Parts: sequence; C-alpha cells; structure tokens
Amino acid sequence: MNFEDYRGVWVFIEENVGEIAPVSLELLGAGKKLADKRGVELGGVIIGDQVKGLVNQVYEYGADVVYLYDAPIFKDYRTESFMKALLDCCEKHKPEIILYGATSTGKDLASAVATDLPTGLTADTTELDVEEDTGLLLASRPAFGGNIMATILCKKYRPQMATVRPKVMKALSRQPGRTGKLVEETLPLKEKDVRTKVLEIVRETTKKVKIDEADIIVAGGKGLGSSDGFQLCHELADTLGGAVGASRDVVEAGWIEHHHQVGQTGVTVTPKIYFAIGISGAIQHLVGMKNSGLIIAINKDPEAPIFESCHYGIVGDAFEIVPMLIDQFKVALSREEAEHARKV
Amino acid sequence: MLHIVACIKQVPDTKIIKMNPKTNTMDRASAPAILNPYDSHAVEEAVRLKNKYGGTVSVLTMGPPPAVKAIKKCIEIGADEGYMISDRAFAGADTLATSYALTCALEKISKIKPIDLILCGKMTIDGDTGQVGPGIARRLDIPPLTSVKKIVEVNKENGFMVVHRKLEDGYEVIQSQLPCLLSVEKEINEVPYSSFPNMLKAARYEPTIWAVADLDGVDKKQLGLKGSPTIVSKVWAPPKPEGGKILEGNSQEKVEQLLGVLMEKKELFAQKGGAL
Ligand SMILES: Cc1cc2nc3c(=O)[nH]c(=O)nc-3n(C[C@H](O)[C@H](O)[C@H](O)COP(=O)(O)OP(=O)(O)OC[C@H]3O[C@@H](n4cnc5c(N)ncnc54)[C@H](O)[C@@H]3O)c2cc1C
Ligand SMILES: Cc1cc2nc3c(=O)[nH]c(=O)nc-3n(C[C@H](O)[C@H](O)[C@H](O)COP(=O)(O)OP(=O)(O)OC[C@H]3O[C@@H](n4cnc5c(N)ncnc54)[C@H](O)[C@@H]3O)c2cc1C
Repeated sequence: MNFEDYRGVWVFIEENVGEIAPVSLELLGAGKKLADKRGVELGGVIIGDQVKGLVNQVYEYGADVVYLYDAPIFKDYRTESFMKALLDCCEKHKPEIILYGATSTGKDLASAVATDLPTGLTADTTELDVEEDTGLLLASRPAFGGNIMATILCKKYRPQMATVRPKVMKALSRQPGRTGKLVEETLPLKEKDVRTKVLEIVRETTKKVKIDEADIIVAGGKGLGSSDGFQLCHELADTLGGAVGASRDVVEAGWIEHHHQVGQTGVTVTPKIYFAIGISGAIQHLVGMKNSGLIIAINKDPEAPIFESCHYGIVGDAFEIVPMLIDQFKVALSREEAEHARKV
Repeated sequence: MLHIVACIKQVPDTKIIKMNPKTNTMDRASAPAILNPYDSHAVEEAVRLKNKYGGTVSVLTMGPPPAVKAIKKCIEIGADEGYMISDRAFAGADTLATSYALTCALEKISKIKPIDLILCGKMTIDGDTGQVGPGIARRLDIPPLTSVKKIVEVNKENGFMVVHRKLEDGYEVIQSQLPCLLSVEKEINEVPYSSFPNMLKAARYEPTIWAVADLDGVDKKQLGLKGSPTIVSKVWAPPKPEGGKILEGNSQEKVEQLLGVLMEKKELFAQKGGAL
C-alpha cells in the first residue's frame, strides 16, 4: 500500500429528511482543521436521492470538494447500497482520512466499509488530531465505560477511519456563498443487489424533548429518592424554561424515559446551563455533560465527585434548596419584568 | 426449525472497575468478569425466537479459558449449545481481527448445522465499539442490521425477516433476506431470572472449545495483534474538570448567590420572562 496515493480528509455527510445531520457539520469543522494541518483538501461525501440541494451547504461549512451519489436507489439508508457507493468513491479518489458521525447510520456504515476495505476504525472518538508530516490520525476515545481514555492509531492501512460523537466537535460558522468542486459519481447498482428493504420510517420527534438542543437542562439523579421526588426537576425546568435530564440510575428506576438520559450510553449535551441535582457525578455521566457552559451541582454529600466537575456547587438537601430556588427565581424574574415595564 | 447463533463476550464489570491512580491503568483483577449485559439480551431474544418458531440456540465466544463462565450464563438463559475459540494467537485482536476469528468459527459451526440468523449485542461495555457485529456480517456476506429494537417476524420458509431498527428520531421497519445478522438494543426484551433446571444444566455443561488449529483454512496473518490495523498507543485517565466554587453560608444565602449567577444569564430565560 503506497500512502502517497492517499490524500485528503473526508466527512460522510448524513442526511435526515432532507437536512444535513448536525454532527456532519461539526465534523466538517473538525475535518477542516485536520486538512489544513496536512495541507490537503476537505471533502464531503453525499449519498442519497435528490440530495444535490445540500451540496452548497457542505461547501459553506468548509468542504473544498463534494463527492455526490444521487440516485433513487439511495432513497433510504441501507448498509449495502451506501457501503458500495462509499467503497467506490474510496477506490476512485483515495482519501487518507474518513470521519463519520457516531450515529446509528454512521456507525453502521463505517463498520461495514472498514471490513471491506479493509482498514482500522476507531469508535466513538471524542478528540482528533493529525501528525502534520506523517499524516497519522490520532483518534482518542473513552473506553471501559468511560473509565479510561485511549488514543488509537492505524499505522499500516489507509484510509484511517473514525466515528465521532455528536456534539463534541464544533462546526465552523457558515460562510454564505463559499463554493467548491463538485464530483458527481454514478454506480451501476440494481435494486436486486440490495438485500434489505425499508418498509416504513416512523419519526417520533414530536413526542421527544430534544435535550441535545436545550439551552438549559435540569438533570436529576437517584438522590431524589423516588419518582415523586424527581418531580422537583420538572418543576425547576418549567420555571427556568429548560428541559429535564436524568442519570442512568433514574432511567433504570423507571422515573423517566431513556431519551432523557445524559451520558455515555445516553445523550451528549452542551446546554448553556446544566443543573445536576442529586447526581453523584459518575464518569459515565460526566462524559455526557462536561462540555456544558455552566454546571451547577446540588448534592448533600460534600465528597460527591460531581463537585469536582461543576462551576458552582451547593452542598445541601435538594428538597430544601430546589423549592427555595424555584420561589426566589420566580420573584426575581417578576421583579425584572416589573422594572422593564416601568422603563418602557 | 431455526438455528440461531448469538455471539457473546465476557467483560470486566466496568461499574466496579478501579483505576490505579499511579499508573493510570486499569486494575483488571479488581473487576469481576461478567457476561456482557447487552449480549444477555441477544441470547434472550434468540431463546424467545426458538420458543416461538422452534429450533436451536448456540452461543459463540472468543476469549481466554475463564470465559467458559459466560457461556454457562447463556445456558442458564436458555441456550442449547456453547462454542468457544480460545488461543494465544487471538490475543490483542481489534474489531477487524475479532470479526475475522469469529467468522472462521461461525463457518465451522454452520457445517455442523446451517445458521439462519446471528445475533450480537449492541456493543460491549469494555471496548464498546459496536463494530464486531457488522464486521462479521460483511465477512459472511450477509446483511447486517444494527440497532434492532424489535423483531416482528422471522419467516424461514420464504427466507426473510422483519425488524424495527432504532434511529435517532424514531425507528424504521426493515425487511431483510435470511440469513442475516442483527445487533440488538437492550430494550428488545427483559432477561428474566434463570430457571432452576437451566441452572442445573449450565452447571454440568461443557462447551466445545477450539484452538486456531481446529479451524479450517485460517489465515493466521489476520488474527490477533498481527491482524489488527488499529493499535492502542496511549491510555490515560480522563482529566477531571477543575473543581467549582462551593457556595458558602446558610441555605438562604447559598440560594441567593446561585440566583445571582443565574440572573447574569437572564437572556436565556427570555421566553419565560416574557418582557425580558
Ligand atoms: C457502561 C456503563 C454506561 C453507563 N452510562 C451511563 C450514562 O449514560 N449516564 C449515567 O448517568 N450513568 C451511566 N452509567 C451509570 C453510572 O456509573 C452511575 O451508576 C450513575 O450515573 C449514578 O447515578 P446517580 O448519580 O443518579 O446515582 P448515585 O450514584 O446513587 O448518586 C446519588 C447522589 O445523590 C445524592 N443525594 C442523595 N440524597 C440527596 C438529597 N436529598 N439531596 C441532594 N443530593 C442527594 C447522593 O449524595 C449521591 O451523590 C453507566 C455505567 C456503565 C457501567
Ligand atoms: C481501550 C481500548 C480501546 C479500543 N478501541 C478500539 C477501536 O476504536 N477500534 C477497534 O477496532 N478496536 C478497538 N479496541 C479493541 C476492541 O475492544 C476489541 O477488538 C474487542 O475484541 C472487540 O470489540 P468490542 O469489545 O468493542 O466489541 P463490540 O463491537 O462493542 O461488540 C459487539 C458485539 O459483538 C460480539 N462480540 C464482540 N466481541 C466478541 C468476542 N470476543 N466473542 C464473541 N462475540 C463478541 C458481541 O455480541 C458484542 O455484543 C479497543 C480496545 C481497548 C482496550
């Protein structure tokens, strides 16, 4: 394998109901840094049906080249069809690095592509860097339930591939009008070559609070004692206009549904304010919320590890502190409101 | 009659694992080895399918000799047969090499009895990559279906099955040809306590154990550390964020200080404050 033949950093652009998945834009931001360091182009790979409309956006978020596979056979994501497109693209244009979102789709696709190429694949990366001269990708990830971080290298194969957790990388700000080079590809793939069929897609968006998009999250833990106690989180969240998060133990106790779970096996969140109430601060919880703007911990145990990971901590009983906070916050807000009204 | 094989792995219980603060390495001895929790759901689902459609459930693991215990746990759940591949040559395998070794074993099992369906867990709790399942599927050239949260139907006669596959914002209903490989989510089922007869059976059960030499046509270069494109170059304890300011005073004073902090960010409460 001649490494010289492999050039450029690619991002697999995931599309959902006509929109680019946020993680793909984040990866364009991260990929741009790697590409600049290497002095190579950043590419975006779009596979889908009638997806040409997304191309400009991919340039505007940092890509220099877009590889496009636009055909009816790619209407739904299916491992076999998407994998064949990506393998075809790799064979023709030989990238040195490919990044995928660590989503259901991204992980599925990346694992299949890695096996067929074959090459190494680092899972659930949270830190990325590249050695300028050798082009070696330094992909770091949590393992053993978040207890350790490991840097994974792929020295002998190209391309080097990684799936990257949503919400840990930053998208560049959009540069309207920025353009690049379009490479349109086709693949002689027939429906009978794909052995799975998507019969139906059921979206459950409306039912779910999107805690990964909330500015304020009030998360509660086992320390609230019961599902009744946990209602305090709902009350504070309502008062502040925030969403409710939870530790895994709370989800397992059945006090709230899984999609509220923050952490390693839950959602990664980056709100402006994160409340951790009655949450001990286990590493698996921390990895999901440590990038929040302002972390406020309320816990009655002064030794709780969460206090090592917060910006402000209150040592105290949640059942005393939180109701006081709700009351005083309401008073403070209505005072502000009254003052504002006076000024107008 | 279906022949379902569940791939299972013995893992250290990461809940109990301790880190050596001096060397930043994991104290493996401190952690009891358990059946990967996600894999118990794969085995349970296989047993449910067997009960519904009739057939046999086999489990397969690659691991060191003590991993026999994980197989016994699967027999307790209701599996019929256990296979283990165990050899120094497998050591240090990444997901590519792991899927290769397991595929060689699956090919041998399929000669004993053809396989209709392979089930894997969503991921393990130690490596937690979730990459081994799709890797096996590609090597066997059967469709991989990851993030499966429900099996609707297995229709061996007509050679297809239907599953629900979890998406970020819902799920999709997929029909796939058989044989295929599924990685299952834990919400697919609940694993009940083992029955007494199964526990007795498990205690007496001796799995079939194969070394590399027992597998046919293995390319040794693709096994273990040698066959692994990825290497773990550095391991460290995740940095602890710096401790925050602990607010002092009585409860009233603490809450007032916190309020002060919040009100500095009052633009965030715009939709609540109305006029703000
Ligand atoms: C592979 C793996 C993945 C995991 N993934 C996740 C994950 O995604 N998310 C996650 O959260 N966890 C995860 N965990 C579990 C994690 O290790 C912890 O068990 C869990 O986060 C603990 O939840 P908790 O903080 O609510 O409960 P506990 O650890 O029981 O903490 C309760 C806290 O409440 C405090 N408290 C008690 N009473 C009060 C009171 N009246 N007022 C104020 N404070 C009080 C206590 O001092 C204590 O600190 C995972 C574990 C593993 C092994
Ligand atoms: C710190 C650390 C980080 C690592 N990071 C990576 C990485 O980024 N990329 C990489 O390729 N490798 C990585 N590895 C190696 C990886 O953990 C091993 O290859 C491991 O044998 C299989 O991967 P997994 O545990 O992640 O399994 P997963 O892919 O998470 O397991 C999915 C399912 O596959 C089946 N399965 C997995 N292993 C076995 C087995 N031995 N026997 C039977 N069935 C099995 C089970 O059904 C399981 O539920 C890492 C290892 C360490 C120690």
